[in-house]
Amino acid sequence: MAHDDRTSNKQVARRRFLATAVRGVALVALAGTGLGLAGRVAANKPAHAIRPPGALDEDAFLAACVRCGRCVRDCPYDTLRLAGLGDGAAAGTPYFVARDVPCEMCPEIPCVAACPTGALDRGLTDIDAAEMGIAVVVGHESCLNYLGLRCDVCYRVCPLIDEAITLEPRHNVRTQAHTRFLPTVHTDKCTGCGKCEAACVLPEAAIRVLPEDLARGRVGEHYRLGWAEKKKRGESLVEGVIDLPNRGREGMESPDTGSGRVIDLPDRTKKGGYEGFEP
Amino acid sequence: MSRDVKAKPGAEAVAVRGWWAAHKWLIARRTAQAVFLAVFLVGPVTGVWIVKGTLASSYTLWFLPLTDPFMALQSLAAGNLLAASGFLGALIVLVAYLLIGGRMYCSWVCPINPVTDLAYRLRVRLGVPRTGGNFPRSVRYGVLVAALAASAATGTLAWELVNPITLVQRELVFGLFVVGGSLAWVVVLGVFLFDLAASERGFCGRLCPVGAFYGLLGRYALLRVRADHRAACNDCMDCYAVCPEPRVIPPALKAPHGEGPVILSGDCTNCGRCIDVCSKAVFRFGGRFPDAVKADDQATTTHHRAAAE
Amino acid sequence: MALTRRTFMKANAAAATAAAAGAALPVGAVAQKGNEDLRWDKIPCRFCGTGCSVLAGVKDDRIHATQGDPDAPVNKGLNCIKGYFLAKIMYGEDRLTQPLLRMRGGEFDKEGDFQPVSWEKAFDVMEAKFKEALDNGGPESVGMFGSGQWTVWEGYAASKFMKAGLRSNNIDPNARHCMASAVGAFIRGFGADEPMGCYDDLEEADTFVLWGANMAEMHPILWSRLSDTRLTKEGAEVHVLSTFENRNFELADNGMVFTPQTDLAILNYIANYIIQNDAVDEDFLKSNVKLNATTTDIGYGLRPEHPLQQKAENPNDGSFSEISFEEYKKQVSGYTLEKTAEMSGVPAEKLERLAKAFADPDRKVMSLWTMGFNQHTRGVWVNGLVYNVHLLTGKISRPGQSPFSLTGQPSACGTAREVGTFAHRLPHGVVMSKHHRDLAEKIWKLPEGTIPPEPGFHAVLQNRKLKDGVLNAYWVQCNNNMQAAANLNNETWPGYRNPDNFIVVSDPYPTVTALSGDLILPTAMWAEKEGAYGNAERRTQFWRQQVTPPEGAKSDLWQTVEFSKRFKVEDVWPRELVDKMPEYKGRTLYEVLFRNGQVDAFEKQKVVDGSGNEYPNDEMEAFGFYIQKGLWEEYARFGRGRGHDLGAFELYHQARGLRWPVVDGKETLWRYNEQYDPYVEEGEGIKFYGNDNGKANLISAPYEDPAEMPDDDYDLWLATGRVLEHWHSGSMTRRVPELHKAFPEAVVFMNPDDARDRGLRRGAPVKLETRRGTVQARVETRGRNRTPRGLVFIPWFDENKLANKLTLDATDPLSKETDYKKCACRVVSA
Repeated sequence: MAHDDRTSNKQVARRRFLATAVRGVALVALAGTGLGLAGRVAANKPAHAIRPPGALDEDAFLAACVRCGRCVRDCPYDTLRLAGLGDGAAAGTPYFVARDVPCEMCPEIPCVAACPTGALDRGLTDIDAAEMGIAVVVGHESCLNYLGLRCDVCYRVCPLIDEAITLEPRHNVRTQAHTRFLPTVHTDKCTGCGKCEAACVLPEAAIRVLPEDLARGRVGEHYRLGWAEKKKRGESLVEGVIDLPNRGREGMESPDTGSGRVIDLPDRTKKGGYEGFEP
Repeated sequence: MSRDVKAKPGAEAVAVRGWWAAHKWLIARRTAQAVFLAVFLVGPVTGVWIVKGTLASSYTLWFLPLTDPFMALQSLAAGNLLAASGFLGALIVLVAYLLIGGRMYCSWVCPINPVTDLAYRLRVRLGVPRTGGNFPRSVRYGVLVAALAASAATGTLAWELVNPITLVQRELVFGLFVVGGSLAWVVVLGVFLFDLAASERGFCGRLCPVGAFYGLLGRYALLRVRADHRAACNDCMDCYAVCPEPRVIPPALKAPHGEGPVILSGDCTNCGRCIDVCSKAVFRFGGRFPDAVKADDQATTTHHRAAAE
Repeated sequence: MALTRRTFMKANAAAATAAAAGAALPVGAVAQKGNEDLRWDKIPCRFCGTGCSVLAGVKDDRIHATQGDPDAPVNKGLNCIKGYFLAKIMYGEDRLTQPLLRMRGGEFDKEGDFQPVSWEKAFDVMEAKFKEALDNGGPESVGMFGSGQWTVWEGYAASKFMKAGLRSNNIDPNARHCMASAVGAFIRGFGADEPMGCYDDLEEADTFVLWGANMAEMHPILWSRLSDTRLTKEGAEVHVLSTFENRNFELADNGMVFTPQTDLAILNYIANYIIQNDAVDEDFLKSNVKLNATTTDIGYGLRPEHPLQQKAENPNDGSFSEISFEEYKKQVSGYTLEKTAEMSGVPAEKLERLAKAFADPDRKVMSLWTMGFNQHTRGVWVNGLVYNVHLLTGKISRPGQSPFSLTGQPSACGTAREVGTFAHRLPHGVVMSKHHRDLAEKIWKLPEGTIPPEPGFHAVLQNRKLKDGVLNAYWVQCNNNMQAAANLNNETWPGYRNPDNFIVVSDPYPTVTALSGDLILPTAMWAEKEGAYGNAERRTQFWRQQVTPPEGAKSDLWQTVEFSKRFKVEDVWPRELVDKMPEYKGRTLYEVLFRNGQVDAFEKQKVVDGSGNEYPNDEMEAFGFYIQKGLWEEYARFGRGRGHDLGAFELYHQARGLRWPVVDGKETLWRYNEQYDPYVEEGEGIKFYGNDNGKANLISAPYEDPAEMPDDDYDLWLATGRVLEHWHSGSMTRRVPELHKAFPEAVVFMNPDDARDRGLRRGAPVKLETRRGTVQARVETRGRNRTPRGLVFIPWFDENKLANKLTLDATDPLSKETDYKKCACRVVSA
């Protein structure tokens, strides 16, 4: 009896231990899976949530940021917000919504200086080199300048005016007398500060800052821009090619076009105007 | 192990030593919790930034970087090396808790502690059955491992996605904690209900990897609760009733001669509640080394002292 | 004074901020879909002098939408961002709808708080104050400050009321701050105001020279036309001159940043270059130009006791005398390329390229300018100097050959300049001329000697006289001079708050000027009244009253005419004058001026458009006759047959604006040219008929220093100006939330090196200080304006950062226009 009791006690204890262990392992697995899942969901930051200057790539950023909010505290313009639970961006991480309060691009970059983790990269010392996102003209049909009006508010508020946004003048075919000044973002210069989006006077902004991966297009590796390549080299890539004169129009050939008419486009390349840009 | 859970543990202590003395450490603790929250709020409210940041990482008194080492560990697991100031801050905090007891964080700093304490008190008051849902306390170590593993796997600070501690503190400090505006209050409610209905001392005692982490630290801490006058113990069980980690008491209180009388378990939160509720003044705060007091076991000494008091 | 300057500024800042914040209601955009139930009618834009035409879409007595008129010749359906928001400007939350009088204990008290009163009570107090001033100080002690935003008839009625009714020439428009120098040069050079060319020159020319005109921002639609020519016309080029890099430089082929005031030297250098390179059009010069030299060392239009005035040899002397070509050649010969490059800081090759453009007989040159030239202590001179280079080369009064003065206000030309609202002007001519006074008195059916022969107080002088207690009853309509007039702390504010004075301000909104006055009259604006504006190319545009104003608000026209009922001729005219026309005995000024059988000649009638839609006309309703038409037809008599022919009233309601002289049903594009101008006889070629000798005056003038230059204490130049988003001191644009957001507050544009030297970073708060005041703002080292080292720029639209606390009230001694572009300042960390 006693023996049996002992045996059964032992068995019960073993069974209890096994049950506990299984339960524990299951719980840990559940917790891990749950946390992992939550992590994946939280990584789906909404496109309008822009990270502060110097923020690492989103994956690395989420790894690094300890959600302390010190960057938010040190933002002098109350641009940065801390994501609350359920705000879209991972809870406790800093972001801003350009349409509401854009980044003022402080030269001393206080948010980066405040970051204890390197989630905001201290290597960023020149705010002009920030890559928070890229402004994109999304409303070609609603942008007042595309329609020929003279708004260009986005251009004038741009801290890198004439670099990050230029106005590309185009003849207004409808009026035959006016210029359409097309706001054009130069992705290599745009910091994503969002001043343009904030200032856009339309009820729904026609220019918006998007995360870089959503904003940038890319020309295939298999194709080169002929005029850009020629400009880079300073002469034609193919040497020794000749052009015969046209009878009756001798001497009128343009070295650029080879046609009879001389087209004199303004030379604005120093500011990133025409070079590499042809709509 | 069975024990009585009195509806009002510590009544005897109040009778013998007075209400204030019998609540000294509880009041100190609640005050500390409030102060730790308040110092973070001074900046946003008054503009004087005594402390900038949150419990995760802060910049204190304009010179002192502080970083939660568990946060740092998660970040490390996720594949990130902290910046120098963050690393230094984590080191400072680590050393501090090594000195004063790891889980002091849980009972003196953590803003969730009052919530789970309240849930426990209510649970006792309502007489919620203790069975069911009381999974092993060691699960928290599993969660700790899981959190770090998930951080490593997903490249994000996994526990921080759900961590009610930093969530609540952050949202309080940043003014985000508004009903309807944030989900943080849902999390708090969840923790409360979990502790109230599902699992006794479930969150802090069984689940929370932050507590588990600090518990690991706590194993080596210098500051300890000691049962120096354990000879005076009358087995009233009040200390067990109030202790959030009751298993830590017997090795100090009931161990054979020559062992103890220091509570050495890392799980002890140094809350000091046992000191409060003991009518015989068995417990006190002290160092971890047993030779600190010689006359522990002399019942006479204890009685003399008790009489003197 | 209970209300100190400090508390005043504070109160204003608060009010303005509240206004800007409170204006955050989106209006007007309600019915953008479904145009079919909107009634569309044409109306010129309320803002700048370009004169874009829009169509207003009205439903339920409210403008719900506007659109650029696609058929309007100026803008062809386009607008700038201000024009885009026209539908919102009348609906700011803080529209005034009740007269507000400073009161204490139920009675007027200069130190009291504003309290609502009835129009009756408002006019009672006003009448008493004006009569008291007239009794004590005579006509000299009353005055009026008007606007280039007045409609044509509002300006005309006000001018007639003041000059003929109250017999005071103390009426001046805010165009004094804006166009007076241009007027001065037109009159001195050509004997007649306003440009010879028109906007068609923007397509006709191939070379554009911008002299102190930031067209890219200030005349956005004209800039878009100019740019189009630059883009599409072979060889077209744009030269830009400015004291800092503005948006024009984006399209400039030859951008030049020059040291302030050296535009005088640059223009003389160009003349020198033209002469030295035999590019003078000698035939043209011989037959069409008289050469003159102006009197020099004329001071700076400051108070006579000012040291600079004391030092000047010929203060305020605008005379000039004939010289020979050789003398002229000698006068400009000192302005060599090297010397001019050194003075101006512009590289020699750039200056030479500019001079070549003028000298090249194959280039059609259009010069354009606004405030850089006009707001200049030598504004009349420098306006004249640009005519000189055009006259030397004969590049004038021909398509594409066009010195063209742009205007800032929608009716700077049409109202302020043409109807005679300046202190020295009449609808035709000047008060100093007996001949011109006689004409006015004849047309107005008034006794000889009614109009005083001395010019009244001009804008700057009005403020000085208010401060000195000479001018005691003062009516401000349609402008915001407390935010505009220079040297606010020391001149304007003390004048308005002088206990001897009573200040009335008519405005739709509580501007800083309104809040500085004693009585505020709520005013109906823009589409809430029938109106007419005249733009910079002599184009007059009419509009019908589109909507009724908010209950209680009344147009400036109603206010002036209604107030004239308060005076009998005996109250304001001396007995001997009344005796000359006994039939006026016992009559009110209203009867004498506005019920004279001319102004009231047209019966009350329905105002109907081409589709039969009916429009309100509140003034016609109030007075019982078509007062706008009566005023127009009476006014038009001044110009008809005298080079300023205006068409019949109805014509303008039908046409999309007409460029005067309108003769034989045709507009005039280029004046003084026989091919285009009906006043030039066949065979005369070019004839500048404004002068009796038919010739233009080329007036040589040298470089002279400005009134104030940087020194050790104040080491920077300060220039002030405008931005595209805000106009008219921001009184309307800052009530449009989107425009407010686009440029919410004034910043100090500064060179990054200057900022660094002072330990300032972009965005740092600074104190901008001059000898007259301090403004706090943030530093901007990038953005739309790039200043050279040694110069800072601050826009003046922001009522919370009043730039006119800084500016110096030095004026051109001839035009009396303030130089807002140069004074000395310093910038220190705040």
